[in-house]
Amino acid sequence: MINPEAKLAGNIFDKPAMASTREGFGKGVVEAGQTDERVVVLTADLAESTQAHHFQKAFPERFIQCGVAEQNMATVAAGMALYGKIPFFTSYAAFSPGRNWEQIRTTIGINNVPAVVCGMHAGVSVGPDGATHQALEDIALMRSIPHFTVISACDSEEGRKATIAAAKLGSPVYLRWGRDKSPVMTTSDTPFEIGKANVVWQARQGEALPCVAIFATGHLLYQALVAARQLEGEGVAVTVTNVHTIKPLDKETILREARAAGAVVTVEEHQIAGGFGGAIAELLAQECPLPIEFIGVHDKFGQSGEPKELIEHYGMGASHIVAAVEKVAARKK
Amino acid sequence: MELLTDEEIRELRCHARDIRTTIVEMLAEAKSGHTSGPLGMADIFAALYFRVLHHDPKNPDLPERDRLILSNGHIVPVRYAAMAHAGYFPVEECLTLRKFGSRLQGHPERDMLPGMETTSGPLGSGLSQSCGYAYAARMDGKTFRIFCAMSDGEQEEGNTWEAVMFAGKYRLNNLTAIMDRNNIQIDGNTEDIMPLEPIRDKYEAFNWHVIEVDGHNIPQFIAACDEAKAVREKPTLILAHTIPGKGIPTIENDYRWHGNPPGKGPVDKIPADKQKQVFLDEIKASQ
Repeated sequence: MINPEAKLAGNIFDKPAMASTREGFGKGVVEAGQTDERVVVLTADLAESTQAHHFQKAFPERFIQCGVAEQNMATVAAGMALYGKIPFFTSYAAFSPGRNWEQIRTTIGINNVPAVVCGMHAGVSVGPDGATHQALEDIALMRSIPHFTVISACDSEEGRKATIAAAKLGSPVYLRWGRDKSPVMTTSDTPFEIGKANVVWQARQGEALPCVAIFATGHLLYQALVAARQLEGEGVAVTVTNVHTIKPLDKETILREARAAGAVVTVEEHQIAGGFGGAIAELLAQECPLPIEFIGVHDKFGQSGEPKELIEHYGMGASHIVAAVEKVAARKK
Repeated sequence: MELLTDEEIRELRCHARDIRTTIVEMLAEAKSGHTSGPLGMADIFAALYFRVLHHDPKNPDLPERDRLILSNGHIVPVRYAAMAHAGYFPVEECLTLRKFGSRLQGHPERDMLPGMETTSGPLGSGLSQSCGYAYAARMDGKTFRIFCAMSDGEQEEGNTWEAVMFAGKYRLNNLTAIMDRNNIQIDGNTEDIMPLEPIRDKYEAFNWHVIEVDGHNIPQFIAACDEAKAVREKPTLILAHTIPGKGIPTIENDYRWHGNPPGKGPVDKIPADKQKQVFLDEIKASQ
């Protein structure tokens, strides 16, 4: 059942409101700009599709068009952060942090300045644009850079909160965003704190302990919830935890849920190698080794198609999560 | 423009000689690092730290200080030496260059040393950081200037030209870039590795004001910095023609000394201590 403390929207399994996570960025960055004059937004010829145009309209004097030059955008942002601004710089994740990773590492990471890398169009759910534009490696790129916080919001509302929180953090942040509309599960009352994972689905009171803990990041959290509901109908109790902050991981919550269940499924729209599941596996291997199944892209590039069919093709839908839960439960000793 | 007195020019030359001496001593002690570039930029760094920059060695975070961004981080020994002689830290600390626990990293790190402004080493990103700094400072009506010291070799980086375009578009007149045009890079002469000329025309085509100077003529360089201040409609590039290895005639203009310290020269295998002394004697004699 849905954890009441998560304060999710009431209709998420019937007719959920739909919005892309990037829309949350568009709203959140305007709010951040209203409360802090140091906030500036940069883009590399992608103002509308990154949703930076909302900020451009609200604060034209604090919006910087960099042209198609992601390496320059990252380093201009670094210079602005060195000065004392809080720059959010926006492009597609395949290009930023894809193309400009070294610039980000040196001038933002080592310098340890509060610039926010906003990587849009992450995952295969970009859809028709195809493999070149479907970033599946960005979590790995960014969580390996010291000083960086890495956040992948589950929906537009959480994305809005994450953006506002990132502006206040005072250190480098990577925010990962999706293009396609996805269910809005959280509400303004849903707790959000950087580094604090939220249990959104729990076993019914009085039932047996959960047999699998599902950890999900990004919009696929919804697929995990759909899977959990189906499993509950089949008498299989699981927990689902929304891990929006991939770095630093909320070790306490993750270890508590993992230990209680004894087996784990991770869910992300990213390469398995180096991604969110890898981060969970690194933690569990050290603290409490358990069977894990990984939902994500297994060493393949994306391709053109509709988001839904791509999610299914690459094995990241609710049915795949159900199968992974059954598989990992069977591996428990 | 204030004219320099002969005495002031003499003093600046003395500072440049002291900086060169320290560069040789620190590289010999470190047994690694780049020799040619730092020596070639010693006159310019003497002029910057002892005349041009508004700064305070005892208060490196002075809010209204001019910002000096070093893009080609591998020539940082010249900056460390200049900072030490200017009073940022004891000159003896220069001998910790590249050693474990030192604030003087092989390539400069902002967090390690007050006054360092940014981290650099990977080439081609200093000019764009300077652009961001200059843009942000202008937004807030700040009057300090942003200087970016960069190499000629890093003009081969795409990132450099993205920044050149950006500065031209936004008419960043509070930005002065200084290019060390010494014609060498690690693998050879720039015009053999990847021709850069006509470099002046290229910058002018991108809407920059360009001033060419002899990078060892201190009054000429200072005059160029003054001129840059007076240019209101565009950023300025001071194209400084320098001699790599300047001050040590036996290694001047030899690209093979780009990345080697004393004792690890390209031909003769002379122990570091002995070669250091030879170099120091040459610097003394060349003044």
